[in-house]
Amino acid sequence: MLSRVADSLYWTSRYLERAEHTVRILDVNIGLMLDKSQTSAERRWRRVLAALGHPTKVEWSDDAYALVHTLCFDTSRPASVTACIISARENARQIREEISSEQWQRLNRLFHEIAKLRTPVPSDLQMAEFLPAVIDGIHLFQGVSDTTLSHGEGWQFLQLGRFLERASVIATLLEVYHRDVFMMDEEDTIDAYEYLEWIGLLRTCTAFEAYCKVYTADLTYERILEFLLLNAEFPHSLRYSIDRVYAALEAVEQQTRGQHASELMRIAGRLKAQLSYSRMQEILEQDTGRYLRSVLEQCWQIHAAIYEVYIQYSVQTALAV
Amino acid sequence: MSVSLGRREFDHPLLRSYFLDEAFDEMFDIDGRIRPHYEALLQVLTTMPREELQRRKQSADVSFLLQGITFTVYGRDEGTERIFPYDLVPRLIPAEEWNRIERGLTQRITALNLFLHDVYHEGKILAQGVVPREVVYSCKHFRRQMRGLQVPRNVYVAIAGTDLLRMESGEFVVLEDNLRVPSGVSYMLTNRRIMRRTLPYLFRKYGVQPIEHYPQALQSTLRSIAPEGRAEPTIVLLTPGVYNSAYFEHTYLARQMGIELVEGRDLVVHDNVVYMRTTGGLKRVDVIYRRVDDDFIDPLAFRTDSILGSAGLFNAYRAGNVTLANAFGTGVADDKALYAYVPAIIRYYLNEEPVLKNVETFLMTDPTHRQHVLSDLGRFVVKAVGESGGYGMLIGPHSSAAEREDFKQRIEADPRNYIAQPTLSFSRSACLQEDGSIEPRHVDLRPYILFGDKVTIVPGGLTRVALRKGSLVVNSSQGGGSKDTWVLSQSPQA
Repeated sequence: MLSRVADSLYWTSRYLERAEHTVRILDVNIGLMLDKSQTSAERRWRRVLAALGHPTKVEWSDDAYALVHTLCFDTSRPASVTACIISARENARQIREEISSEQWQRLNRLFHEIAKLRTPVPSDLQMAEFLPAVIDGIHLFQGVSDTTLSHGEGWQFLQLGRFLERASVIATLLEVYHRDVFMMDEEDTIDAYEYLEWIGLLRTCTAFEAYCKVYTADLTYERILEFLLLNAEFPHSLRYSIDRVYAALEAVEQQTRGQHASELMRIAGRLKAQLSYSRMQEILEQDTGRYLRSVLEQCWQIHAAIYEVYIQYSVQTALAV
Repeated sequence: MSVSLGRREFDHPLLRSYFLDEAFDEMFDIDGRIRPHYEALLQVLTTMPREELQRRKQSADVSFLLQGITFTVYGRDEGTERIFPYDLVPRLIPAEEWNRIERGLTQRITALNLFLHDVYHEGKILAQGVVPREVVYSCKHFRRQMRGLQVPRNVYVAIAGTDLLRMESGEFVVLEDNLRVPSGVSYMLTNRRIMRRTLPYLFRKYGVQPIEHYPQALQSTLRSIAPEGRAEPTIVLLTPGVYNSAYFEHTYLARQMGIELVEGRDLVVHDNVVYMRTTGGLKRVDVIYRRVDDDFIDPLAFRTDSILGSAGLFNAYRAGNVTLANAFGTGVADDKALYAYVPAIIRYYLNEEPVLKNVETFLMTDPTHRQHVLSDLGRFVVKAVGESGGYGMLIGPHSSAAEREDFKQRIEADPRNYIAQPTLSFSRSACLQEDGSIEPRHVDLRPYILFGDKVTIVPGGLTRVALRKGSLVVNSSQGGGSKDTWVLSQSPQA
């Protein structure tokens, strides 16, 4: 497969995953804003911005709806949901002959649907339509990707983009919550408002129901961290995401008979093993924030290594087989 | 002059707005008698209920849409992709007429390849004054870099699309040779596929010569000109990218041949060898079917601001490590001023009379010709020599006094850049109209010629239609469409 094609596939699904995550985090926090919690609006939305990795050119301006509107529709901000979907579509457009027509049509339709929902002034009704429309559209795209495209190398690059992005955003999200929510409690008991924040974190990862099935509705911060970090079966846990990244890398390595992939497989394998064999207690005993930052750092390393091996290798390396 | 139509078919509502004049009509002769090979077609069309015809048209529309057979229109951002308009009524060409066309095209492509070799080597034809040196050396598509360079099998033009017109006498003449990056062949192939499904009964009734082997023929042509010693050559199609108007065709052909569709940025040149970047490492490329113009193909050799090509490609080509089809510098042979000399070129190299004639052409560099044309510009079609696609043209009879004055000044300022041809009355073919009737519209014919170890011309080609009544312009960028062209395998039974 041409490197350019692999690159476009990778970014198509990365951008879509990013859009989906952004939508969910906004949706949850709009909901939480309605309660008179102790969390001030400023603190809440600064936390949201931190969880989104401090998107460029987006600042807290004392107006939550304006901020949400910017993060949804402002195409001059590369982190906005609309900008992500446009980027995903542009990437897919470059490789229309490589993806299935169902995939293209689905993505194209999503693009046109959200363009219709865009209005100049923020409104809660608009949000109520926009946010679910994006999530539905992306789910449909993932569905047709899985059912209409051969699960060959191209599909593996879609998987890579999707799960590496997911692992990165969850690591960032957990690190921010760890710093901003969990570390702030000095007492052992939690009040109803804090409880809502924790539910919010789980909802951001679509994890509330799945969590309850494992641990019941008894929320503790260790268990929430454990579930989102180390659960092997839940699709929005870090461990699950990295398992999928590793599986996709293995498949690509096999298909390309990659001869330079050993370093890439080493870093990905190390992270996979770390998440598979860690116990929550061990992580909590060390500096948890640092642990999470190190996970994020390793996600970046994997990304850089994918580029070095498959996409932007130097001619000298490639010829030195 | 309009001829009254005596035959009974013309009473049929399908034909109520049909008209004939001095232009050749593909379906009726000048007296309104149906040409024998069209009888079966007309019978089917007149006996089919009108709703059925419309329904078939609609189902063909849907096929085009679903298959994403589109072209891009420049200068708009959203919704830039449009379906290439097409017409449901096939154009029929009897076998014996086609044989003559085939002979003429084979002769022409052979002579033009010999000419290109000569021009870039000894230049005998120039030394003997058959073609004036200045016509060749002043052509903006002449590539000095090609001087003395040996190309595989001496094939310069491997893929050509020659535009033919049928004149009042019924004779086919050559309007222009497209020897650089001719396009449209994907429309020929998809038109056929959809026609097979839309009017299968008719298809069976006529013995139609197949064209479906074009992609294989193209591939074996490309294989035959691979660099020596590359037994299993890797062939790629180089596209300028998704924003090019013919991108659909590039993806279509690449898919049909099972070869990679690459962009300039996918290629790297190292030690004069061309590679493409794949996830499995660099893969050597042997033959590039390039759909990128000379100017843009290598920023080191040609336009330095181009990002569509690949740096070093020309040197790899010069070193003989990669073949490009078509070769560089073929544009010197389809220059509109050089066109006037093609009959002489055929006689010079092949010692034969041209089978297909040229359209009478006046060179603006010739003072007598210029005088003649400028004295009555309204009767002529003036063309800029390096342009294609219907751009940079003056159609005399349809022009305003201001436009004529503008062209007059342009011609006088740069006579080498213009030629003039008399306004041609070329043939019309029946086309289905919105209201379900059929009317004649002007058509041309672009057969596709492949030149490698042998000449292959799939029977037929792309018939382009000027869809607007009275229009003479068939280019898709200017409101033209297309129709399927059936070359019949034998003369139809009466």
